Amino acid sequence: MLKFALVGNPNSGKTTLFNALTGSTARVGNWPGVTVDKRVGVHKTGERAVDIVDLPGIYSLSPYTPEEVVARNFLLDERPDCLIDIVDATNLERNLYLTTQLMELDLPMVVALNMTDVLDKRGDRIDVRALEKRLGLPVVEISALKAANLELLTERALQAVTTPRKGETVLKNSPLGAAITGAEIALRLKGVEAPLFHAVKLVEGDGLEIKNHPAEAEAAQAFLAAHGTAKGQGEALDTEAAIADARYQYITARFSPTLLRAKKYACDELSPSDKADKLLTDKRLGIPVFLVILFAVFHFTFSKDLFFLGALIPSFGAWCAAEGGALKSVFFSDGLHSVGVLLFNALDLLTGQVGEGLGIGLRALGAGEALTGLVCDGVWGGLAAVLGFLPQILTLFFFFSLLEDTGYMARVAFMLDRLLRRFGVSGRAFMPMIMGFGCSVPAIVGTRTLADEKEREATVRVIPFFACGAKLPVLTAIAGGIVAYFGKGNADIVTYSMYLLGVTVALLSLLFMRNTTMRGEASPFIMELPAYRTPGIKSLALHLWDKAKHFLQKAFTVIFASTLVVWFSSSFGWDWKYLGKEGMEHSVLASIGKLLQPLFTPLGFGSQLTSTGWVFAVAALTGLIAKENVIATLGALAACLSPSFIGATEEGVYEVTTMIAATGITMPALLSFIAFNMLTVPCFAAVAAARSELGRGKLKRTLLFWLVVSCLTSCIVYTVGSWAWTAVPWSVLAAFTVVGIALYKKRAVEPPPPRVRGKRGCCRCGGCKAKAACGAKKE
Amino acid sequence: MLYLSQLSIGERCVVVSVKGEGAIRRRLLDMGITSGTEIYLRKKAPFGDPIEIALRGYELTLRKAEAARVEIERL
Repeated sequence: MLKFALVGNPNSGKTTLFNALTGSTARVGNWPGVTVDKRVGVHKTGERAVDIVDLPGIYSLSPYTPEEVVARNFLLDERPDCLIDIVDATNLERNLYLTTQLMELDLPMVVALNMTDVLDKRGDRIDVRALEKRLGLPVVEISALKAANLELLTERALQAVTTPRKGETVLKNSPLGAAITGAEIALRLKGVEAPLFHAVKLVEGDGLEIKNHPAEAEAAQAFLAAHGTAKGQGEALDTEAAIADARYQYITARFSPTLLRAKKYACDELSPSDKADKLLTDKRLGIPVFLVILFAVFHFTFSKDLFFLGALIPSFGAWCAAEGGALKSVFFSDGLHSVGVLLFNALDLLTGQVGEGLGIGLRALGAGEALTGLVCDGVWGGLAAVLGFLPQILTLFFFFSLLEDTGYMARVAFMLDRLLRRFGVSGRAFMPMIMGFGCSVPAIVGTRTLADEKEREATVRVIPFFACGAKLPVLTAIAGGIVAYFGKGNADIVTYSMYLLGVTVALLSLLFMRNTTMRGEASPFIMELPAYRTPGIKSLALHLWDKAKHFLQKAFTVIFASTLVVWFSSSFGWDWKYLGKEGMEHSVLASIGKLLQPLFTPLGFGSQLTSTGWVFAVAALTGLIAKENVIATLGALAACLSPSFIGATEEGVYEVTTMIAATGITMPALLSFIAFNMLTVPCFAAVAAARSELGRGKLKRTLLFWLVVSCLTSCIVYTVGSWAWTAVPWSVLAAFTVVGIALYKKRAVEPPPPRVRGKRGCCRCGGCKAKAACGAKKE
Repeated sequence: MLYLSQLSIGERCVVVSVKGEGAIRRRLLDMGITSGTEIYLRKKAPFGDPIEIALRGYELTLRKAEAARVEIERL
């Protein structure tokens, strides 16, 4: 089967074109070794089917970013049958810069000129015939968004495949032309594939290239020296600039005139997009506007009272709150539900009904309690745990993609970069972190926009510290319990300070990591601000479908298996007897909890409690399935342990007060317990997302990081809360850490003292210029 | 010598050269900041840094630290 590769700049509509060409056949994965999306799909034209590979969006074939290296290796090693180079017509010069590099490969190639409709609206147009002639490549005007002219595009591509193409370069007449031709001849004689491309890279002094073709690199340098354009190492860098200059000069001289403007365009003129931008990134209003947009996103995803209708119109609110059956409660409670809540409730109702139905069916067939429990609570419960997350994850994803596709996300990064740089991450890390307040899963997947690996890992680690929607019920229940039992404090203030604690810990650990284990400045921030665009619904839907599929594929097994394990250990005793919910105190999980209980002593909910203190350990464990389980477990155990327990309440306050009475836990210890649950290993779904973003190796370190941070913070909360004087040793410890890091940094920044080399000759450091000679001597 | 980081909002300039080496320099070149390119400083972020420039018919944002590598002449 023929294989076409889609290449183009980011924001050129490449993925939209890919979706339009391949429809639902797309498979999404990662390129080996890097977290760069790889999309492969099949396009059918008439009888023929063609494989389409969507290469990552790149500006150049330089050797510096993982995206560029991936694209380059694919083009050179896999040699697709045809390149479809997608060029954004509204941004011709910079897009053609990549084209001038691609045409140096000996691959058949078609240029897809996208977004000419946007140009039309402005009254501008491109003389396609002239551009075609000057490029020496077929050019097809398309609209990826409207799926217009795609058949013509594939037709021209299929035509192009039939005749082999030799690479062409626009650098022939530049000062470096002779050196390039010389290097090309040398490579061609050696039988290297794509000699022209390699020749240009050699003259450019491209690191990857010099490693792969050292002999030719030397020859190219000799040519350069002979033509008086370069002298040795230092000058080799200049060829990089010279080549970029020459490309752009050629483009402005030859290609740019094919763009026929209706009127002279000045770069300070305001288009409608610019007017919107003026407000959205305004010096004073930009950030308040952003906060409003952010609030709207969360409101549409999590609000149970959309537009505050229930609160504003009391009669409507009362009607919503009134009992009206299961179906009504899907749509209304405090008011009209937001999309996220509505979908969540609908799915919850459905899975609940099916689960119940399964139970009834199984019992009717004469299945025992254990089997019914296994099927309904274990297997089906596991399935529901995976699916249950989806509605709100997807709603949040939807808004995330919407903001991304309109071009607003890049502006948010632009506005907030300065703020975040202090903590060692770039402005692009902001949105994923804030998304963490909603759900860690889309937030963790959203870190993909971060260019730097270390920066991404650090961001993924702190995302769970932004307390997600599922942690809120835990917070309110325990805060409510504290106020109800001890009769002091204010539940709202406790909840609010816990949120604040999470953010503080996140920022502190970012600072700590970026100064110690994950050293490095915030990654460079040279980013295109794409024109504001109305996103295509189809493209958005496909994007969403991609994400959902990807999440389910990656997360399904992890979530399902771990849910099953937790269910199994909480429902069975060591004697393999099924206990059900009522007998949880005798379960395997309970005995694990009892075993773990002493470990929590420094955190305040360990050995100092009565013999029933293990419930907190167990609740923390079941919280791994989903954080709201913490309260559900406390409820189930309260029923087992306290004979006077009447029944679970909606807010969970009663469960908590019962537990406080039964275990004798103190107030600081309870605060430490919430802090622990907020900061420790997040739910399995988030862990699965982190695994697919970071890979297994890094996940292990990250899990350890979560455990250490949560234990340390909880320990501080407990000790300082119980004995105020302990704040003194803690602050001394903190001061020592800060000083230690500062010293460590200073040492690392200063260059190590030069070592005096003895007569032993060659060291394998690679820094010695006489290395080759040393090696020869040794032999 | 004048650098892009020193330009004020609304001013125009022409690129003289891009200093430094490695990935950041190459990225600046790849984005079209080559000698002779006309640049217009559109705005600065709310906290004064990064800056937003217009060149070659599109918009680009970069930090002052990166802009300090671009030597310019005021127009």
